[in-house]
Amino acid sequence: MVVILGGSLAAACAAPGSGNAQPTAPASSASSLSAAPTCGTAPVTLKGYFETGFPLPKALTTEFTKQHPNVTWDIREDQFAVITQNAPRVLADDPPDLMRLPQVSELVKNNLLKNLDEYAKVYGWDQWPASQLEQMRLAPGGAVRGEGSLYAMGLNFSMTGVFYNKKLAEQIGMTAPPETLADLDAALAKAKEAGLAPIAQFNGGATGGLAFPLQNLMASYGPSAPINDWIFQKPGASIDTPSNLQATQHLQKWIKAGYFWKDVNAVDYATMMSRFIGGDGVFMFDGDWESGNLDKQLAGDIGFFLMPPAQAGGKRAAMSAPLTFGIGANAKNADCAAEFLDWVATDTQARTIGVQVGGSHPMGPADGPMPPVAAGTVTESTLAAGAQIAQDNGAMDFIANATGAIYAKSWTPNLQKLVAGEQTPEGLLKSVQSDYQSQVKGG
Amino acid sequence: MKAAVKRRNESRWAGWLFVLPAAAFYVMFVIQPLVMTVQYSLYKWDGIGVATWTGVANYLRVFTDPDLFAAILNAVKLIVFFSAVPVVLGLAIAATIRRIAATRLALVARTVIFLPQVIPLVAAGITWSWLLSSTGLVNQLLTAIGLEKITRAWLGDFSTALPAVGVIGAWVLLGLCTLLLLAGMSKIDPALYEAARLDGAGAFREFFSITLPSLRQEIGVCVTVTVVAALASFDIVYISTQGGPGNASMVPGLEIYYLAFSERQVGLASALAVILTVLVIACALPIQWLTRDRES
Repeated sequence: MVVILGGSLAAACAAPGSGNAQPTAPASSASSLSAAPTCGTAPVTLKGYFETGFPLPKALTTEFTKQHPNVTWDIREDQFAVITQNAPRVLADDPPDLMRLPQVSELVKNNLLKNLDEYAKVYGWDQWPASQLEQMRLAPGGAVRGEGSLYAMGLNFSMTGVFYNKKLAEQIGMTAPPETLADLDAALAKAKEAGLAPIAQFNGGATGGLAFPLQNLMASYGPSAPINDWIFQKPGASIDTPSNLQATQHLQKWIKAGYFWKDVNAVDYATMMSRFIGGDGVFMFDGDWESGNLDKQLAGDIGFFLMPPAQAGGKRAAMSAPLTFGIGANAKNADCAAEFLDWVATDTQARTIGVQVGGSHPMGPADGPMPPVAAGTVTESTLAAGAQIAQDNGAMDFIANATGAIYAKSWTPNLQKLVAGEQTPEGLLKSVQSDYQSQVKGG
Repeated sequence: MKAAVKRRNESRWAGWLFVLPAAAFYVMFVIQPLVMTVQYSLYKWDGIGVATWTGVANYLRVFTDPDLFAAILNAVKLIVFFSAVPVVLGLAIAATIRRIAATRLALVARTVIFLPQVIPLVAAGITWSWLLSSTGLVNQLLTAIGLEKITRAWLGDFSTALPAVGVIGAWVLLGLCTLLLLAGMSKIDPALYEAARLDGAGAFREFFSITLPSLRQEIGVCVTVTVVAALASFDIVYISTQGGPGNASMVPGLEIYYLAFSERQVGLASALAVILTVLVIACALPIQWLTRDRES
């Protein structure tokens, strides 16, 4: 007993964390490569750590093995929330060759992820549209995102906007997607008059879904670059700007007009989907990860458009994020994992799987091969939206991703208060900005 | 003489030897984590990198950050639902069941009331979030009796979220209290009741003069267990509201979990955990002292 007690007390003397293996700092970058690394021909088993409930990674790994028979996979899966909690420990302890990543700033700060710059150079990833990789670049130390070295890669990138129920839209006389914010407002008012629920949205529990329409409104009223700067934690960035205030006031107008369900503060994501699919709600702010699902459940009845700008002819912007995967700093088969990531973005078969199974636009060169998509489907319109966003350079990360805790601890409670009339638009932005500052500083 | 002393010493050591396995586990899995939590609470640490010493800064933050302090207050409010309601209702139900003890109805009643205790808390939370949803059974019943005006999404409303969570807790803990009190009643000497009845006491008099005083210890156990359940609540809140809307039903247990695992503020989470532990002990000890059997 004395020994055990002594042992635990001895452990208690050092500062927490000092006993952990700390991967050596910038040495975790791939050593200078002269040619693109491959998986070779000798048998190799890649260790994967993926997210439960998303079939895309497994479909891709299966196809990869078919094309490279020497590569086999040892895959474990967890819920995204579990991955978020365990990421640092798993990467420090038993680094996977390929892993679904949560917000990466903390991981880079602790040198847990492989720097992919060398791979980007030899595979030519740096020739792709820059906005695709922007969100996965981090300045030294991991403090600022959006610039610096590449630490993750996407399997594809998602696109958000507004889904609408075509039958209900017909009922209120909407024949074409709105061109301006005023058009959208008019359609919402008509839906309300017709006794329909204008907007299907979730805002319950720890996930405030009103952040979707809010960020879209922000991009309608102002440029998207300052919003990205804020999300990327660029010094001096603020969410409390005049155009964002207009956007928040507009959201409050929608709330007061009764455009959201009365119980929106108790609706979770799954409930929103089942109600919208059941015909409750004309519009829904959501992402193209639902395209395949909606095409299957309500074939031909659902349309998609990008949030219209406040001024006619203005640029469009959308929340768009890569489905991020990374390589552990001390992964055994980093080169083979890198080849896989390159293959996902460039191989015709892999890109087809990316669209058909994942429902989102593949990564890779702007002129990369695209699989045929049935006309009139939601998938067709979300892919087209992706092309327009690339043209308008309007891709934004999600305001919920600015820090690890900003969504659950700041956006969500403040948006729920806004719904209940316990928060003002001014107060909301001020409160989020002050939470952001204290979280960026570290607590 | 000397041999006797030696033997006594030997037997003392032998006793310790028997305790050793259990003590080792206790130290490993209770004492050590406790000591480490206290240690973590004095650092700023993200759980992986090297921590920096901050002294009592984390403790100051718990008392000055309105969100963290509000969580502690919510836990105190939950005591009404988790503790007062189940104990008072449990007493009434147990007394009623005791009076009909011989009938089959008593058996059915006992089973039905204890059932929530057998159901996993997660399942209870999910069931109740359906019952309390805007189209759930509770609102259907209210509409049916003409109270449509007060229907709402009970778990999504700022003013009702915490009480709604409390109702779920009361429902879960009522069974435990009833069963404990019923067990206590069954060991009261029936002669006491007989004597009271001969003296002309009614059911109420019997209850207050005999049942209640005899149940002092059982009530003490009920109150202790339920107060601790209220202060350390986690599962019901996590399943039904996740602390929402807008922190209206946030409790320390959930806050500690969020701080440690999604915000990676292990130091602050540990400080809140230490404060919660102290609060639980500060509530449980006086209850134990008050309800101790004075005669023994």
